[in-house]
Amino acid sequence: MRIARVLLSSQYAYMLEYRAEIALWTLSGVVPFIMLALWSQVDASGGGTGELGLNRLQLGRYFLSAFIVRQFTIAWVVWAFEEDALQGRLSHALLQPLHPLWRYLGAHLAEQATRLPFVALLVGLFFLLQPDTVWLPSLGQAFAALLAIWMAFTINFLLQSAIAILCFWSERANALERLLYIPYLFLSGLVAPLEVFPPAVRAAALWTPFPYMIAFPAQLLSGNPPSISGGFAAMALWIALLLPLVALLWKAGVRRYSAMGA
Amino acid sequence: MGRYLLTLRRFWATALAGQLEYQLNVLIDLLAMAGNLAGSLFVISLFYGPGRSLGGWSWESALVVVGVYTVLDGACSSLLRPNLSTIATHVQQGTLDFILLKPIDSQFWLSFRTVSPAGLPEIGSGLGLILWAASKAGASPTPTGCLTAALMLASSLVILYSLWFGLATTSIWFVKTWNATEVLRAALTAGRYPISAYPLGLRNLLTVVLPVAFLTTVPAEAILGRVSVGAAAASLLMATVTLMLCRGFWRYALRFYSSASS
Repeated sequence: MRIARVLLSSQYAYMLEYRAEIALWTLSGVVPFIMLALWSQVDASGGGTGELGLNRLQLGRYFLSAFIVRQFTIAWVVWAFEEDALQGRLSHALLQPLHPLWRYLGAHLAEQATRLPFVALLVGLFFLLQPDTVWLPSLGQAFAALLAIWMAFTINFLLQSAIAILCFWSERANALERLLYIPYLFLSGLVAPLEVFPPAVRAAALWTPFPYMIAFPAQLLSGNPPSISGGFAAMALWIALLLPLVALLWKAGVRRYSAMGA
Repeated sequence: MGRYLLTLRRFWATALAGQLEYQLNVLIDLLAMAGNLAGSLFVISLFYGPGRSLGGWSWESALVVVGVYTVLDGACSSLLRPNLSTIATHVQQGTLDFILLKPIDSQFWLSFRTVSPAGLPEIGSGLGLILWAASKAGASPTPTGCLTAALMLASSLVILYSLWFGLATTSIWFVKTWNATEVLRAALTAGRYPISAYPLGLRNLLTVVLPVAFLTTVPAEAILGRVSVGAAAASLLMATVTLMLCRGFWRYALRFYSSASS
């Protein structure tokens, strides 16, 4: 517990130094807003509404939620880990009596805390521009959404860790991460709500972890989830699947590891 | 001029020779290209349904926009990203001094030092998509039409380069601007779709402030042979102005450059 507190507070102080940079990262998550602009135009041109099954208000709320979810589920283990591994800093981390992945987890949580005010600012701006979309999720909904966001973050973090650990073998893991990002971008619900997917594609997408990383928490937050228990069950399943995988990969990887320059 | 061309050939020959050491990357680039293209097409297909279209563009002509975007994206990964992302590193490590001392224009050196084959599959598939979609959309190639299209594509490349270089130049003051270009990239994804698909306010913003309209929509119109003389002239004007601004800005920024250790 004490380690966790020290780790978090030191990482938070570190992240505060990079406020400006994190503000820019927050800004680079504008994609949902661009997509919202497009979708609302389709909607306004008529004909679409009934077919899409979403009205303008729901659309706005969905994309705003997607933006929020994305902000708090971003993981960048791959880059941090690759840099540390290539520069040999990983050797020090391995010597310490703390699993290095915890350190990255701490950094991520601290970074999210730093992000919070910027996200709040952007959400405020959004409400100012579109006052009719203002909504307040009920306490239960907010709690469920929060839980879902954390679980989504866990999935993303574990997926990225698995790829990061492949660094032990290839040293070019971020090319793999680039490949993973493609289905993530298109299937997670970041660019279009899952409701508008053709049924076959939607069914296929639901078999991958991606929709649970953005779409499901965003639906919860905007108060329009298809199936709460099903979503949570699927997320738990993915976590249960990824956690042992990461642990196994880590064990195998560390055995392979020979520090740079050693 | 001849000296610059000769230098350019040497630069790129060495860069390519270095890059070809990593043959696995070629496979990954191909996969990434296919995935990205499939995703783009999938998302844009979501907008098309009975009675629905993107800003009055037919399906085939919207594909031309996607094609132009893909070509630009390829040019980014081949030329802009590998070169311009190093400017910040040069400033940070003080190696910019060596470049300024070379008997060749520093902006030229920084902009064209390396080339990466990573974007070639994208450029190829983008051009293929443009040709296929344009012929489907019933564009008939005329000499003047082809010339305008080539001119508009060139001017969109110039605008993109100037925006990116201008942003990278700010690293003289702020050192870390890697994520500022990331914001630019996120905003440029707006160029995947024809500009008329956006609400009016955003459309003006994307034409005047962040000239996304000239990046993809105007070249696509030129390829389809329906660009207005005004838009074409505006695109050329925009290219000239942004290029001059970025050149002037670089000169101006260099006056504030005091090398890393002084």
